[in-house]
Amino acid sequence: MVVESHETDGEFAGGGLGHTSRSPIVTPVFTDMVSSQTESGLLSSEGESQRTQYPYVTGTSVIGIKYKDGILMAADMGGSYGSTIRYKSVERLKQVGKHSLLGASGEISDFQEILRYLDELILHDNMWDDGNSLGPKEVHNYLTRMMYNRRNKFDPLWNSLVLGGVKNGHKYLGSVSMIGVHFEDNHVATGFGNHLARPILREEWKEDLSFEEGVKLLEKCMRNLLYRDRSAVNKLQIAKITEDGLTISQPYSLKTFWNFGAFQNPTVGAEGSCC
Amino acid sequence: MTITIAIVHTLEVRWVSNNGVRFQIQTSRLRSPSILSSYLKMSNETMDVPKTGFSFDLCRRNDMLAKKGLKSPSYLKTGTTIVGLIFENGVILGADTRATEGPIVADKNCEKIHYMAPNIYCCGAGTAADTEAVTDNISSQLKLHRYHTGRESRVVTALTLLKSHLFRYQGHVSAALVLGGVDVTGPHLHTIYPHGSTDTLPFATMGSGSLAAMAIFESEYREGLTRDEGVNLVTKAICSGIFNDLGSGSNVDVCVIEKGKKEYLRNHLTPNPRTYVSSRGYTFSKKAEVLLTKITPLKELVDVVQVGGDAMEE
Repeated sequence: MVVESHETDGEFAGGGLGHTSRSPIVTPVFTDMVSSQTESGLLSSEGESQRTQYPYVTGTSVIGIKYKDGILMAADMGGSYGSTIRYKSVERLKQVGKHSLLGASGEISDFQEILRYLDELILHDNMWDDGNSLGPKEVHNYLTRMMYNRRNKFDPLWNSLVLGGVKNGHKYLGSVSMIGVHFEDNHVATGFGNHLARPILREEWKEDLSFEEGVKLLEKCMRNLLYRDRSAVNKLQIAKITEDGLTISQPYSLKTFWNFGAFQNPTVGAEGSCC
Repeated sequence: MTITIAIVHTLEVRWVSNNGVRFQIQTSRLRSPSILSSYLKMSNETMDVPKTGFSFDLCRRNDMLAKKGLKSPSYLKTGTTIVGLIFENGVILGADTRATEGPIVADKNCEKIHYMAPNIYCCGAGTAADTEAVTDNISSQLKLHRYHTGRESRVVTALTLLKSHLFRYQGHVSAALVLGGVDVTGPHLHTIYPHGSTDTLPFATMGSGSLAAMAIFESEYREGLTRDEGVNLVTKAICSGIFNDLGSGSNVDVCVIEKGKKEYLRNHLTPNPRTYVSSRGYTFSKKAEVLLTKITPLKELVDVVQVGGDAMEE
């Protein structure tokens, strides 16, 4: 829980833009472009050093739920650079192999790296050409090992992942965090979704939701996040994966309501005492 | 030290002694001049304490002590879920009942909805002593104001008193409040943050469970709720905080304030009963045998003499 808050919580010194307040151990000594490999070599030669990373371009929460035919996942399309919303068309839901769907929050570049690793994994799997294919459970395990091993080297991939899929009629939905915490559940969320969406899902999720009910539930959660998460944008995609295949919807936006009476006239009865 | 001076000084000295002897006294009720003078002697800053503003001297002392290795006493924090909403006829406030001291539950059934005025109640999150003291203080000020003006208190009065108090203490008084009430101008609901900023809202949540409760409010609140719908929504939001946040728990308290009447529903819902209760009850260990009973009234041994007019109070 403690680590989760680093990703989407604006508190953590605004991404890469203000790390002067952090401990100075990690400030790179050389100003020219140093690859992360040599940087670690230089620092480790100075004795024990902790390598931390700062996420620069981050995506906010991803929510996933199991429904009657498979898995539904929702994520918005924002990429924040510190406290500005820099990119508004970042696709954070991607297909992995035949049976799985991966959604990620956190550092976008690390997500792209993970996709490359998974690409290689699926490629090698296909090259066996034996009729078997990696299912969501296997991919989830691979991701867990990868995240945990990177964390052990003090060089984490700064992401929280949601992996869902259906294989042989069996629905699977799991989550992996940047330190390697992984679990499987009927509904998962990352980042702020843990605080704002999961209470709703715990109340209202039930076994065998229909597609429409599932989408309505996800939209309810995403609307909540839109109101209360500062790094959320009103442009989201919903992805559905079933035994038959995967579909990722076109981006669309949610309707919001701002016309509460108290917002129109907050100082009724005591004009001038504005808060 | 006549009695009139004592009354005038009561509020001031309370302020000073809260300031100067922070950890020992949480709410002080000073009436007797003798107790008054003893406190004046105890706080040696009476001479040069500023009439307004926060004296930071003790903060320096605390820092120095902390550097020398003294562990500051841990305070009772109410990791909390508190909520409020406006319904068609008034305001409904809700709160959980768990008070935590670090990882331990210090009080399983504390009261977080504080009385401010007959028509105004205030929920408090943060340090328990701070919320208790600040609401008590402003409640007394409101009462004096009512006597002075002869009118029902207004919510904005309580709001201004609270926010100026908290701002003066620059966030050191760690009290996050949800203030709600109904006065002549209608129903009002405000949130007050420890540094003194305020918001006026149709629905509000504060505390560690605020996100869980806000999730329920944002998805299900609408204007013009009836009383029962409002109470149900508040209960649902508090339950969301109780079951999804570790700092909140136990039972749900609800307070409904309408024009001219209020209802304080203490333990409106108890979703966490004790699971296994022994039906036999508690059996005490084998009693010691009583050989002889002799009762000696103490008045025969000690002579109680009243000195002056100053009997020990309390």
